[in-house]
Amino acid sequence: MAEQRTLRVFRGTRERGELKEYTVAAGEGSVVLDAVHMIQAEHAPDLAVRWNCKAGKCGSCSAEINGKPRLMCMTRMSDYAPDETITVTPMRAFPVIKDLVTDVSWNYEVNKRIPAFQPRKPDAPDGTWRMYQYEVERPQEFRKCIECFLCQDVCHVLRTHEKHQQFMGPAMLVRAAVYEMHPLDDADRREHLRHEGGIGYCNITKCCTEVCPESIQITDNAIIPLKERLVDAKYDPLAALLRKLTG
Amino acid sequence: MPDIRSLDYDVVVIGAGGAGLRAAIEASAQKAKVALVCKSLLGKAHTVMAEGGAAAALGNVFPEDNWRVHFRDTMRGGKMHNNWRMAQIHAQEAPDRINELEAWGALFDRTVDGKINQRPFGGHTYSRLAHVGDRTGLEMIRVLQDKGVHSGIDVHMECTIVKVFVVGGKIAGALGYFRETGRFVLFKSGAIVLATGGIGKAWQITSNSWEYTGDGHALAYEAGAELIDMEFVQFHPTGMVWPPSVRGILVTEGVRGEGGVLKNNEGERFMFRYMPDMFKGDYAETEAESDAWVKGDRKKNRRPPELLTRDVVAKAITKEIAEGRGTEHGGVILDIASKQSPDYIKKKLPSMYHQFKELAHVDITKDPMEIGPTTHYVMGGVKVDAETQESTVPGLYAAGEVGGGMHGANRLGGNSLSDLLVFGRRAGQFAASKRGPAPKIPDSEVERAMHEALAPFDREGENPYAVQSALQAIMQRDAGIIRDKAGLERALQALDTLATRARAVGVTGSREYNPGWHTAIDLQSLLVVSEATARAALERTESRGGHTRSDYPDSDEKQAREQIVIKKEGDRMVVRREAQPPIPAELLALIKEGK
Repeated sequence: MAEQRTLRVFRGTRERGELKEYTVAAGEGSVVLDAVHMIQAEHAPDLAVRWNCKAGKCGSCSAEINGKPRLMCMTRMSDYAPDETITVTPMRAFPVIKDLVTDVSWNYEVNKRIPAFQPRKPDAPDGTWRMYQYEVERPQEFRKCIECFLCQDVCHVLRTHEKHQQFMGPAMLVRAAVYEMHPLDDADRREHLRHEGGIGYCNITKCCTEVCPESIQITDNAIIPLKERLVDAKYDPLAALLRKLTG
Repeated sequence: MPDIRSLDYDVVVIGAGGAGLRAAIEASAQKAKVALVCKSLLGKAHTVMAEGGAAAALGNVFPEDNWRVHFRDTMRGGKMHNNWRMAQIHAQEAPDRINELEAWGALFDRTVDGKINQRPFGGHTYSRLAHVGDRTGLEMIRVLQDKGVHSGIDVHMECTIVKVFVVGGKIAGALGYFRETGRFVLFKSGAIVLATGGIGKAWQITSNSWEYTGDGHALAYEAGAELIDMEFVQFHPTGMVWPPSVRGILVTEGVRGEGGVLKNNEGERFMFRYMPDMFKGDYAETEAESDAWVKGDRKKNRRPPELLTRDVVAKAITKEIAEGRGTEHGGVILDIASKQSPDYIKKKLPSMYHQFKELAHVDITKDPMEIGPTTHYVMGGVKVDAETQESTVPGLYAAGEVGGGMHGANRLGGNSLSDLLVFGRRAGQFAASKRGPAPKIPDSEVERAMHEALAPFDREGENPYAVQSALQAIMQRDAGIIRDKAGLERALQALDTLATRARAVGVTGSREYNPGWHTAIDLQSLLVVSEATARAALERTESRGGHTRSDYPDSDEKQAREQIVIKKEGDRMVVRREAQPPIPAELLALIKEGK
C-alpha cells in the first residue's frame, strides 16, 4: 500500500538554497532514494542526486537524513513515523554542487597522495605469493569501504573545523590501513600519515565508526593501530631510509 | 572553432569499470597519454556490484583444472555460439590477469595452503572463481583504481560522452559534457576504447543502475560499427522480488555456489526436472548426492542442479511461476538457511545477509529468500577482432560487456570479471601500440552534436522520465525472457512511436547537474539498443541461451554459428545474418571431450 509522505529536500547551490517540501506516494518497503526519484519523476526532473547501485554497494547516494549522515538507498521510509517529515540535505563537510550533490573530489586527491602498494618479492618461483586467510582478513575489513565518505562527513575535524588541508580523514586512514596491514606490502607510510595525513588530529571520538554503513571498525581496527605504529616505532627517518634502500 | 574545452590524447577510454580501468592502465604502460572518462565518480561503476568472483583456471583447488576445461565450459555455456578465439584467449590468459591483480594489492580469499581460493559456480566443471566473500567486484575495482591513479592517467569524472567522431573512416575524437557544469569537452584522439558496460536499463526489472543505458553500443552504432548478438540478453535467475522497491536487485549466484537450493511453493526442488540433454550426467541426480557435494565431498559427488547455467535456471523459474507454483509475490524460494550454519552464511555471504536484513527485513540465516529473474547482462555488443578488440571502425575498440562474441548465447557466472581483465588489457595494449595522429574534426560536426544535445532545453515537451519508463515497460513485456513474433513486432512498432516522443522531450532548469537533461540524452542510446535487441530477436528463429522464442522453442543447429549483425545504413537499422568462422577441429574435440 502506498502512503503519502512529506519530504523536505535541499534545493540550491553553494551560494544559496532552501528546503523545499514535496509529497510523494511511498510504496511498501521503499527507501528514501525511491522517494527522491519519485520527486524527480513527478515534480522536479532537475533535482540533482547521485546514485548507482541502489543496494548499498557503491556508496554514491550519501546525504544527511534528518541531520544524520546516511545512504539514501539503505534508509527505509518506514524507519520514520508516518506523520514525520523527512528532511534530506547534502553532506555538510563538502561544498555543495547542486541540491543533494556535493563536490567530493578532495577525497580523490588525498587518496592519490597515499604512497602506493609495494609488494615484497614473490614467494614462489612462478611469481605468486602465499598468504593465509587469517592474514588477509585484517586488511579485508578495510577493503569493504565503499567510499561513501559519510565518515568524512561526520568527522568534526573536517565537518566543524574544516581541516581538509591538514587531515586526511577517517576514510583515507582506512585506505592507508589496507596497505599498511597488507601481508605483502613493504612500503612505509608512517611519515606520510604523521605529516601530510595529520593522523594526530583524530582524537578517537568514534563518530566515524558509528556512521559506517559497512560496519568497519574504523577507529578501533584502523586508526588506533596506525597511531600505535607511529608511536611504537620511535620513528627514525634515517633507519626508514635505510630500510627503503635495502628493501 | 566552437568555444569549448579541447583536450588531446593518444588514447581515450570511455567507461571506468574494470574493463576501462584495465585498458587505461595498459595503454599508459605503453607510454600513451591516456584519458579515462567516467559517467559517475571513479570507483562507482557496475563492476563494484559483481559479487561471486572471477573465473580463472588457476588449479588451486582442483589441480586437474586448466584452460582447456575452462574453454570447454565457456563454449558449452554459450551454447556453442561464442567467438571461439575469444573464448580461447580468455581461458588461457585469465590466470595471469588474476595473479597480476594480486601483485597490485588484491586480497583474495585463501586456500589452506595460502593460495588464492576458488569457489564453484554455475556451468563451471571445477571450483574456479577467485573471490573475496561476496564482494569480489569491489575488491577488483579498488585495486585497479589505485593502480590507475598511480599510472599517470587523467581521470575525467562525471563526464558523459554523446558522440564519437569518425573522419575519413577513422576515429578522430569524442564529445562529452560534464555533469557538474553541463559544459562540453572535446577529446581529440585517434584511438578510443569503449568500456561502457551494458544495456540493462532498457528493462523494468533489472539489476543494472541508471548508467546502463547502452551508451557504448549506441556510440559505436552511430559511428558505423557493427553490433552482433544483440538478441542474447542474460536474465539472472535470482533477483530480489519483494518489497517492490527492491525488485530486480541482484542475489549472487554465490548463494547457490555455497549450497542454496531452489524450491517452488510445493516445497519441491524443481531443478532436478530441468536438466538439458547437453549437461546430463554432469550434475547430481538426487538430493542426497547434491547435499553430499555441498558438505564438501566434491570428488565423489556431482554438483547440484541449481548450478546449471543461468539461462537454464532462469527459464525453469519462469516456467514454475507461470504454471502456478510461484510464491505470493511472483517468485520462487531460494533457501540456504536449511543447508548451512548461520556463521558460515554470514562469513561467506556477508553482503547478501546485510542486503536482505536491511531492505527486506529477512534474516537469510533463518528464513528463505523470495527470488525471481532480473535483467543482468547483454552477451551482444560491438563486433570486435578477437586479438585486438578493434571494431569494424579503425581506431575504435570495445572491451568488457560492450564487446560482443566472447560469451556466445549465454555467459557463465564469473566469466565477466575475467573477461574485462583479459580484453580490457588487450584493448588498451592495441589501442596504444597502433595509435596514430587523430584526423581533424570539422567544426561544423562538433557544433551540430552540441546543438543536438542541447535541443531539449529549447522545447516545452514531455518529461523524459515518462518516455524512459514507457520504453522499459515495452521491453519488459515484449522483449523479455520469453519472446514471440507478434510481441517483438509490437515492440518495434511501439519503439518507433517512442522515438518520436523522445525527439520531442523537453527539460527545465539549468545545464548544471540536471538529471532530467541527462535522461533525455540517455534515451537516445536506450532507443538504439532496444531496437537492436528487438530486431535481432525477431530475426533469430530458434531458442538458444539467453534468447527464447515461444514460437520457436527448440534450438536449430543450423543457426548455432550464425550471427545476427546490425549496422546503421543511412538512417536505417539494417539486420543481416553472417556465418561465424568454423571452430578448429582440435578445439572442437576439446569441447566434445568426455561427451
